[in-house]
Amino acid sequence: MKDRYEIILAGSGGQGLIVCGMMLGEAAILEGKNVVQTQSYGIASRGGFSKAEVIIDKEEIIYQQVIKPDMVLALTEEAMEIYASGYSDIPVFYDTTLLEAREGDNLYGFPFTEMARNLGHTGTANMIALGAMSAVTGLVKVASLESVIKKRFSGKVADMNIMALCSGVDLIAK
Amino acid sequence: MQREAKLIQGNQAIAEGAIYAGARFFAGYPITPSSEIAEECSRVMPRIGGVYMQMEDEIASMGAIVGASLTGAKSFTATSGPGFSLMQENLGFAVMAEVPCVVVNVQRSGPSTGLATKPAQSDIMQVRWGRHGDQAVIALSPSSVMECFTLTVEAFNLAERFRVPVILAADEIVAHMRENFTLPAPGEVKVFDRKKPSVNPDSYKPFEPGEDGIAPLAAYGSEYVFHVTSSMHGPEGFSNNSPANAAWKVAQLHKKIERYRDEIVITKTFDVEDMDVLLIAFGAVTRAARAAALEARKEGIKAGVLQLVTVWPFPDREIAELGKKAKTVVVPEMNYSGQVAGEVTRVLGPATDIRRVNKYNGQIITPGDILEEIKRGAKEVL
Amino acid sequence: MSHATGQKYLKQDSLPLMWCSGCGNGVVLGALLRAFEEMGFKKNETVVVTGIGCWGKADDYITTNALHTTHGRALPFATGIKAANPRLNVVVLMGDGDSVTIGGNHFVHAARRNIDLTAIVVNNYNYGMTGGQFSATTPKDSYTSTTAYGNPERDLDICALADVAGANYVARSTVYHGYDLQNHIKEAIARKGFSVVEAVSPCPTHFGRNNKMKVSVEMLKWLKEKGVSREKYLQLESPEQKGYFVIGKLVDRDAPDFSACYEKIRVRALVV
Repeated sequence: MKDRYEIILAGSGGQGLIVCGMMLGEAAILEGKNVVQTQSYGIASRGGFSKAEVIIDKEEIIYQQVIKPDMVLALTEEAMEIYASGYSDIPVFYDTTLLEAREGDNLYGFPFTEMARNLGHTGTANMIALGAMSAVTGLVKVASLESVIKKRFSGKVADMNIMALCSGVDLIAK
Repeated sequence: MQREAKLIQGNQAIAEGAIYAGARFFAGYPITPSSEIAEECSRVMPRIGGVYMQMEDEIASMGAIVGASLTGAKSFTATSGPGFSLMQENLGFAVMAEVPCVVVNVQRSGPSTGLATKPAQSDIMQVRWGRHGDQAVIALSPSSVMECFTLTVEAFNLAERFRVPVILAADEIVAHMRENFTLPAPGEVKVFDRKKPSVNPDSYKPFEPGEDGIAPLAAYGSEYVFHVTSSMHGPEGFSNNSPANAAWKVAQLHKKIERYRDEIVITKTFDVEDMDVLLIAFGAVTRAARAAALEARKEGIKAGVLQLVTVWPFPDREIAELGKKAKTVVVPEMNYSGQVAGEVTRVLGPATDIRRVNKYNGQIITPGDILEEIKRGAKEVL
Repeated sequence: MSHATGQKYLKQDSLPLMWCSGCGNGVVLGALLRAFEEMGFKKNETVVVTGIGCWGKADDYITTNALHTTHGRALPFATGIKAANPRLNVVVLMGDGDSVTIGGNHFVHAARRNIDLTAIVVNNYNYGMTGGQFSATTPKDSYTSTTAYGNPERDLDICALADVAGANYVARSTVYHGYDLQNHIKEAIARKGFSVVEAVSPCPTHFGRNNKMKVSVEMLKWLKEKGVSREKYLQLESPEQKGYFVIGKLVDRDAPDFSACYEKIRVRALVV
């Protein structure tokens, strides 16, 4: 496990990337880390470009933006092009339901959205992705993400998200 | 009790800071990138006996918080560029009538509508000079979520203490950034309440300064009856157009702040003891400057940072002291004209090597942008 | 019971009034201060909020709490006062410029919000203080210092605007009908929610002089003749062309005011 992670979550507005970044950050705080989460977005609430950045560090985080990412999640072709195409040395996660499948040792393509739909709600695609990302990199503990889910949601919604998280972890364990 | 760390946004920390400071009245008009402050207040105020009012525009918002403050309520508003422009007239009223209140301006790209969701630091001169008439002003600029909280509390303290509107000149970056935040326990951060009159109601003069230079402020509805006006007025609060009175009043608006300048001005320094290159920064750009200074040191250039936490009154003395030790000074800011760099030049004089790093395209100044200028400076001057 | 004089609310050391001879402001001021006395208002629990203009100077002659604000913005300041401390009696004095011209938006929203304020609007059909330029209430084709060839714009009906925006109480009177005016002011103040009393008033110095009514008496005669009851108004043939206007109580509602509604929100917020 590294002392510092810089993560980019990119796609389009309405995909829940900012909430996803927040939940990742909250999980890291539970583990005693410092977190900065930033975002850039356009004027439209739905559609348009959206990006969340998360930095997790044991030490004080001075500059708040990602300079060189340690991992990327891409949920649109455009996001893949801008944030992941230049890297072969960091894990890049992308959604094969929404993007063309591609080859590469660092590429982790999974049908997050399709899996989420099968679970009952496409909104849980991010949780599946977070599960996979944590399992590959040790970014945060799955238990921490679970606590965050339970704090944020209750009842069936919480259960569905935890199921999504676990199915994401299972993608890597397989 | 262990207080829980949360991940919250700068805007939310501003709202929490206001409530911690005792604010119980918010009036505003939603505008990106400040709307989360209004939203938070709309949720919290009704629960704590406070009032959230969504006014018809920012002109009305500014008027409403002044009215509320005169009933004794700590009040504030939050806005951005276009809204801040609309507030200027009634902000000037608060200055003239010496009404404590806090105005949060989350700076965004302009002029006019500009890039509505993108950051800027281009209102620094508007904060200082945006209103007609001569006046002193206090403005603070946070660089982190925690500072969003602490400086909002400080803004209320200064407003209450000096009977002035205080401007929190935040920017879109800190406002929307989320960071670890632990709400201080009650009493952990100092909270100041305005001085109330103790004289007999018949002899109360709402604008007569006490020995400390500040006039106690009664509340509408208390046993005191008082008159407040936007026109030039004497200590009794009634119109007074005599030249001698006008001179006294205008000077009083300045002197009450000048006298306490050293208690008002806050700066922070990072690695300045042995520096050759001094970076002067404020708001979120402080973070890029600090990162750039650390990078420069890795490359053998001794760089340090002076953060202007208080932007007005301008930290002249702090800049002069460090400036004379530096071989070159770099001022990064998100505007074209170098609003703060110009002030730094005024303080340090044209003989000092002062370098500007300006970005005005809605994009954030990076450590790389600043490092480039540090290296150029080191090559040319060191 | 002796008749109220309103003297104790009049700031004697500011006299004489700064207004021109023949101006109606003194009549409205007298009616207001007598209303205060009859209602037993305490000075420390009453706030008079004014805007800018001739009538906006009225606070200089009043001994209650007062707040003299910026042009057109008296209502927002008053809204802040009332919302923060609903126990205060807040009366807002504005001219036609303050209320429905530069401050028209605030007027609409104060009425919509139904905040418990009483607006006493003195309508003299022009900007008296700055030399008699036209305002939003200046009748079409009349002459002012900025309509030398007649006013090309239509005028706005203050009371109709207050009505459609949701005010609880609206009445119109004139300084000729001083006693009615005082009663309307009392009713308006007593009514919860937003209430408006329009006092049509002569400005002989500017509007009168520019429109063939140089002497105040001519203007008072004009008010006497043109201000008619609703019944009489409805009997008139094309009354608008003849310049008649309705006086009396025009709106009488009892919708809950802002503070009452906000109290319910507070209860809900604690339950959620």
